[in-house]
Amino acid sequence: MTQQSLPTVVVIGNGMVGYKFCEKLLAKSTAFNLVVFGEEPRVAYDRVHLSEYFGGKTADDLLMAPQQWYHDNHITLHLGDPVQEIDRASQTVHSRRGLVQPYDYLVLATGSSAFVPDIPGVEKEGVMVYRTIEDLEEIKAYAATAKSGAVLGGGLLGLEAAKALLDLGVAETHVVEFAPRLMPRQIDTAGSAMLQHKLEALGLQIHLSKATSSIGGNGKIDALHFGDGSILEVDMLVISAGIRPRDELAKLAGLEVGMRGGIVVNNDMQTSDPQIFAIGECALHSGMIYGLVAPGYDMAEVVVSQLTQGARAFTGYDMSSKLKLIGVDVASFGDPFIAEPHSRSIVFEDAHSGVYKRINISPDGKYLLGGVLIGDAEAYNMLLQTVNNKIVLPPHPEDLILGARGGEASEGAGVMNLPDEALICSCEAVTKGDICSVVNELGVTSVDGMKKCNKAGTGCGGCVPMVKDLINSTLKANGAYIKNVICEHFDYSRQELFDLFRINDIRTYDAALDHFGKGDGCEVCKPAVGSVLAGLWNELIVKQSTIQDTNDRYLANIQKGGSYSVVPRIAAGEITPEKLIVIGEVAQKYGLYTKITGGQRIDMFGAHLSDLPDIWEELINAGFESGHAYGKSLRTVKSCVGSTWCRFGLHDSVTFAIDIENRYKGIRSPHKLKSGVSGCVRECAEAQAKDFGIIATEKGWNLYVCGNGGAKPQHAQLLASDIDTETCIKYLDRFLMFYIKTADPLMRTATWLNKMDGGMSYLRNVIINDSLGICADLEAEMQLLINNYHCEWKEVVENPELRKQFSHFVNAPKEKDPNMKFELMRGQKAVVEW
Amino acid sequence: MELGVLVAVDWVAVCKTTDVPRDGGVCALVQGEQIAIFNFTRRGEWYATQNLCPHKQQMVLSRGMIGSTGDTCEPKVACPFHKRTFSLLTGECLNGDECAITTYPVKVEGDQVYVGLSNG
Ligand code: SRM
Ligand SMILES: Cc1cc2nc3c(=O)[nH]c(=O)nc-3n(C[C@H](O)[C@H](O)[C@H](O)COP(=O)(O)OP(=O)(O)OC[C@H]3O[C@@H](n4cnc5c(N)ncnc54)[C@H](O)[C@@H]3O)c2cc1C
Ligand code: SF4
Ligand code: FES
Repeated sequence: MTQQSLPTVVVIGNGMVGYKFCEKLLAKSTAFNLVVFGEEPRVAYDRVHLSEYFGGKTADDLLMAPQQWYHDNHITLHLGDPVQEIDRASQTVHSRRGLVQPYDYLVLATGSSAFVPDIPGVEKEGVMVYRTIEDLEEIKAYAATAKSGAVLGGGLLGLEAAKALLDLGVAETHVVEFAPRLMPRQIDTAGSAMLQHKLEALGLQIHLSKATSSIGGNGKIDALHFGDGSILEVDMLVISAGIRPRDELAKLAGLEVGMRGGIVVNNDMQTSDPQIFAIGECALHSGMIYGLVAPGYDMAEVVVSQLTQGARAFTGYDMSSKLKLIGVDVASFGDPFIAEPHSRSIVFEDAHSGVYKRINISPDGKYLLGGVLIGDAEAYNMLLQTVNNKIVLPPHPEDLILGARGGEASEGAGVMNLPDEALICSCEAVTKGDICSVVNELGVTSVDGMKKCNKAGTGCGGCVPMVKDLINSTLKANGAYIKNVICEHFDYSRQELFDLFRINDIRTYDAALDHFGKGDGCEVCKPAVGSVLAGLWNELIVKQSTIQDTNDRYLANIQKGGSYSVVPRIAAGEITPEKLIVIGEVAQKYGLYTKITGGQRIDMFGAHLSDLPDIWEELINAGFESGHAYGKSLRTVKSCVGSTWCRFGLHDSVTFAIDIENRYKGIRSPHKLKSGVSGCVRECAEAQAKDFGIIATEKGWNLYVCGNGGAKPQHAQLLASDIDTETCIKYLDRFLMFYIKTADPLMRTATWLNKMDGGMSYLRNVIINDSLGICADLEAEMQLLINNYHCEWKEVVENPELRKQFSHFVNAPKEKDPNMKFELMRGQKAVVEW
Repeated sequence: MELGVLVAVDWVAVCKTTDVPRDGGVCALVQGEQIAIFNFTRRGEWYATQNLCPHKQQMVLSRGMIGSTGDTCEPKVACPFHKRTFSLLTGECLNGDECAITTYPVKVEGDQVYVGLSNG
């Protein structure tokens, strides 16, 4: 087969849509000779996730496909060589380097460029736009020295650019918007106000209704001057004032273009020359430019269909979108603005946690027409499907945004009710029917597997949660029972074991295995059962030390080389000089490396197993207790100095932190627990990063729960505000006990909440409104755990039988492991690298 | 049994049965070598292996949790560091591609535990 005999399709522009066109055409037919011209120096990359370049992704990570892909698929690719002229009479294009390429069909995918308004001074150094990787590199280089920066434009892209500046460490970042509110094209006034509020709380400075009249500075920007006479001093400016379709080539070739730009196309994506198509951001369809990637992909599909005798047409596109701006969810779907008398709106607003939700319903109450979600966009996918598929609403449509308040699952349950043709992944045009049949026919059970089969979820990624729900629900419908069993030895979830052990008074691992398990157990179920038993009875864990992970077995964290660390409790970080001296003396005597931890206390590293009881004996005699640094249990309650010393302090945060640390110390939980108490909103104790955090207010305390630092940081959410000390403790008892009873093994509170059907509103109902009627039990169970507290190290130190277990050699208890090697570093010992 | 290759074994007394925790292990110093001894109480069995975990060369296997896996209930120990597991019968690594560990025969007479070292 000679390439020459095939019709030639020339694509101008190797951006997201141009690339997708090639991919889609190849999938349908190889009977074309494909030639691509790109202006940029690199192959097509994912512009939608451009900002992730700042977050550590490389240009290669962002590529839609590696350069080799073009070669493998026999695509002739000319990079860095823009087309300068289209000669329609001879059906050829002329590139800058002088290539003359004939075409049978021409596809214009030239995208758009950032619109730069005609403000005096835009040419100054330090004024940039945000569209290509090269732009990003420039911004990055500039931000390294800039102390302040502004973004011109408070739309979707402008806010994303502002986030980029914050991420790049520009201390003072401003957003300047001409309209009286942010994102005027996507969300309503009240939603904008909420978004603004949240973004300001995160450190952005927002200026609305500001017309920029000139850019000041001598060659280099130093300020923005506004029409109202005010001035904003900044070191750099990123312009994000909209996009301008790249129609210059089309215009030159005499194709019809719109008054305000854009290449005019019909429903078949044909321009005024039937041999020439235009797709993506350069195309003007029914007076509309689509600045999103999904409609561009759909246009590519239409052209492929035209070239392969199909009948697909483009009939407009839903502009619904969901994004996370600087950690704030923002979504709008359907018609976000429609109002009385054409619809009635239901609005939910919680100013405190910054959540705003609005849904617009048809006047007869039957259908959902559109809406806006700020602060919590969990429900977005399902709401969008409800609009698009004209699903008849339930009798209480407010449940859609408030969560079913009876506690029943809302989102996961609903997906199976969608019609088969419901479009789940709009970027890749994958329907519910497609997804279900891949599960049923190919036996795919994971999102990754699904991505390989039909690319669902590989575009913007917004549909991934729904794809997952669909996979699981299909499996479930097929009778595949999905259950989080602990391991091969226990066919139960952790929560089920908790109830079974309580009802059957199971107190040992052996009894658990005999009654409810099989085989001899393993390293997964032993500590998990140990945790359940501890959560029920809080008996001394060293009594069954061999079912514990090594840290719990030896009541110390194991280190490289096999030595252990010693962390005495220093509740809330408060310590007397006398106790500090004891720590110093003990560390010196046993040759331990000392370090202040990230949890406001002191860690002594490098202890030999056989020294542990002696070390702890000395510490306990000086009034210390175990700090449970080794346990899945409360670590530290971080405090700030609070009203006793601080001029801003509202209450005594140190005393409260000490009380809380002592109340919950030693209690075992599914994973470790961390807490903090701050004396005012300045939040020096970082309480909102903790599993439970407390912040003093004028009227009492605000209680936040389910925050997490670690690998996947997440802020805690407000559970209750302005409560007094007793109420706070009461809610904490209930909250912690509910977590201990229902979470999976090794699941931190943040993940637990993320997986909870109904989320925070459900949790709040259980803990505050006692919707399950279990609060009295939770409090009593917690009290039992508190009453059973022992300092485990005290028990060991005082018990010769237990002490014996702490030796390296059973037959030479005094001898230390000769393989343990240390070296010196900055005057202290360090373990030798393994 | 294979004929001919009868390996002579020296039985070395290492500890008392009561020195080893139920369903757990200890480390013994035997002729300069560190040997992990496991008291698999649940099955009434005893095992011994090298104490060194081949993954990061750590002397810790005796401090690992024991258990079993699969339909045959193959007895195993999990290293406390990164939870590589090794068969107590063959020493073979049951996950990952660490090399196998050495196993030793064990016998119990009265309350005395012996480990067998080959003298061949
Ligand atoms: C000592 C310390 C680092 C330091 O030098 O400051 C530390 C050391 C360890 N951390 Fe940590 N973490 C320490 C503060 C933190 C913090 C900061 C904090 O608590 O304010 C965090 C993030 C906050 C959080 O957890 O939400 C933190 C997040 C982790 C994680 C990730 C948890 C997550 O949810 O992603 C692990 C891994 C795990 O637990 O599974 C971890 C695990 C560990 C372990 C236990 C790893 C291990 O199993 O050997 C380290 C043991 C050291 C030892 O032998 O004592 N450490 N670790 C800090 C002890 C604080 C204390 O006084 O108890
Ligand atoms: C920072 C940022 C964030 C975004 N976030 C989102 C989002 O969250 N969701 C979403 O849906 N969309 C988002 N978008 C928009 C999305 O990236 C665009 O809709 C999409 O890239 C349009 O694809 P395109 O192929 O039409 O244009 P482009 O990707 O711009 O590609 C056009 C290409 O054609 C080249 N070209 C132009 N003229 C010529 C010529 N004469 N010869 C050769 N080559 C030429 C250009 O150099 C360019 O490489 C975002 C955009 C940006 C910049
Ligand atoms: S961050 Fe990692 S390396 Fe550092 S102490 Fe925590 S677990 Fe260890
Ligand atoms: S050292 Fe044993 S598993 Fe890593």
